[in-house]
Amino acid sequence: MSEVAQTFGEGAVSEPSAIVGGLWRNGVLAAISWAAAAFVTVGVPDVVPWGSGGLFAIITGGIAVAFLVLSLVVHRLGRLGEVLVHYGQWFIVIGIWLALWELTTAKSGWLPKPFFSPPHGLLNVYVTDGQRLLICVAYTLRLWSLGFLAGISVGYAVGVALGWSKTFSYWGMPFLKLIGPVPATAWIPCTFYFFPTTFGASIFIVALASGIPVAILTASGVGSVNRAFYDVGRILGADNWYLIRKIAIPASTPHVFVGLFMALYYSFAVLVVAEMLGAKYGLGWYIQFQTAYSGYANVYAALVIMAVLCAGIIRLLFVARDRLLGWQEGFI
Amino acid sequence: MMAGPALAVAQPVAAPEVSVAVDIQSVSHQFKLSGSTLPVLDTIDFSVAAGDFVALLGPSGCGKSTLLRLVAGLEKPTSGSILVDGQVITRPDPSRILVFQDPTLFPWATVWKNVATGLEARGVLKQERARVDSALALVELSAFADAYPHQLSGGMAQRASLARALVNDPALLLLDEPLGKLDSLTRLTLQAELVRLWQRNGFTALLVTHDVEEALLLSSRIIVFSDRPARIKAEFRFDKPYPRHRDDPDLIALRRSILGTLGLST
Repeated sequence: MSEVAQTFGEGAVSEPSAIVGGLWRNGVLAAISWAAAAFVTVGVPDVVPWGSGGLFAIITGGIAVAFLVLSLVVHRLGRLGEVLVHYGQWFIVIGIWLALWELTTAKSGWLPKPFFSPPHGLLNVYVTDGQRLLICVAYTLRLWSLGFLAGISVGYAVGVALGWSKTFSYWGMPFLKLIGPVPATAWIPCTFYFFPTTFGASIFIVALASGIPVAILTASGVGSVNRAFYDVGRILGADNWYLIRKIAIPASTPHVFVGLFMALYYSFAVLVVAEMLGAKYGLGWYIQFQTAYSGYANVYAALVIMAVLCAGIIRLLFVARDRLLGWQEGFI
Repeated sequence: MMAGPALAVAQPVAAPEVSVAVDIQSVSHQFKLSGSTLPVLDTIDFSVAAGDFVALLGPSGCGKSTLLRLVAGLEKPTSGSILVDGQVITRPDPSRILVFQDPTLFPWATVWKNVATGLEARGVLKQERARVDSALALVELSAFADAYPHQLSGGMAQRASLARALVNDPALLLLDEPLGKLDSLTRLTLQAELVRLWQRNGFTALLVTHDVEEALLLSSRIIVFSDRPARIKAEFRFDKPYPRHRDDPDLIALRRSILGTLGLST
């Protein structure tokens, strides 16, 4: 909890006074704000109908009731309770934000259709088009994981070779420096020629976007390993292969992870373009398709899914990093 | 290939099969620095008998550490040759281990794994795991086998670094100011420990230091180097039995004359 509190800065959260007399004050306020969002959704008529307004009101109303219950029992929930209490202020603000979002879009028409959508408009997309979106998620994840894994594997191997071997670096580094700044999408014309299927071309684009940052960061990581470590290894009887596996690779892992995080962002950024290449499903395809038909609510709905996927994968990468780099001083 | 019988020193507890003699024959070395050359060693000539503990003393930056790197086989001398038991050194070998001023433990590996490095690199770790445990016990770090280097104090890290060297049963231990960065109390403890390990294992030891007292506490021969490029300026013998005491009048007298050769009067 303390690490979370630190990132939010002191004074932002007043933990000790959050629960007074067994009652979680922010929980009650959150219940009020979410109830307000539910009330606005059903109580004020839509300027233009969106659908699923009733369902959205039931969900937000249900969450309001849940907060009300939680405000009485949260102090008995231990670790989970602490986390809930910590984010109490966020829960209040999200409720207010949903209510304002409803008011500015569907209820007043100030932010008009089709460019903006109220929250229940997004919910309506999941309700009416959920099945197609699920298929799109599956297609996107397939393309992304194949491209990302291929890209980081090749990028890592190339990076180790560039960082370790002077010859490899002499011939390879100029290419990497030339190719590096070119957006992966600029290779679309050649990929069409070289790959027999558009799916292969799409994988290549994603792989290129994720491979280049991993290669550059791995090369710089391997290149910047403290030379004294290699001296120690050689003195203790290590051959080159041992020096690479047991010294160069672990010593450069912190750099590699920086590269992996960059690769993750780049690969998600090119997904939309990669799915332009003759795809029939996929979130990127869905976004373009819906944009062409001014289905902006659908676009937003797909964007939310993409953001959640990306955040989830980043979380996984953090877990992997914490496990592998626990040896770093002051890391955890 | 002894330089002369006068240099042969009585071996203390040395088991002859685990120590080696070192012959340094008119070794000169220079660094190439962007066009110009920097001479660091100038016709160094001396021999170390098997099992002997010799200290190399001199002003900092004079090239003593370079000499140790040459003996370890990490670099080749520009001219001259270095022989260990009559064989010319061409590359590093785990029978000659260099311990640096910094512990240079691998931060990503536990203390146990660090100490096991030499055995693992030679592919004998599976059969000889017990040696890692006994090396850790020897430097009293058994309780810290699973700790990571950043969790150790400076003295503990240097002891781990010694264990990483000793686990290979080196015949020649090259010590490059191994206690230079430690606080004075830890230094005293580790000086005594070094003597104990040397007497127990019987290896030949070459110690680079700029601490005259340390040289006198540990070694039976002290070779004094000049400023860069290093030349041998003087050589002293000190045959007192161990453990020695820093307030021993003989030690104090010899310390004064060594400091005199270094250009410092006390």
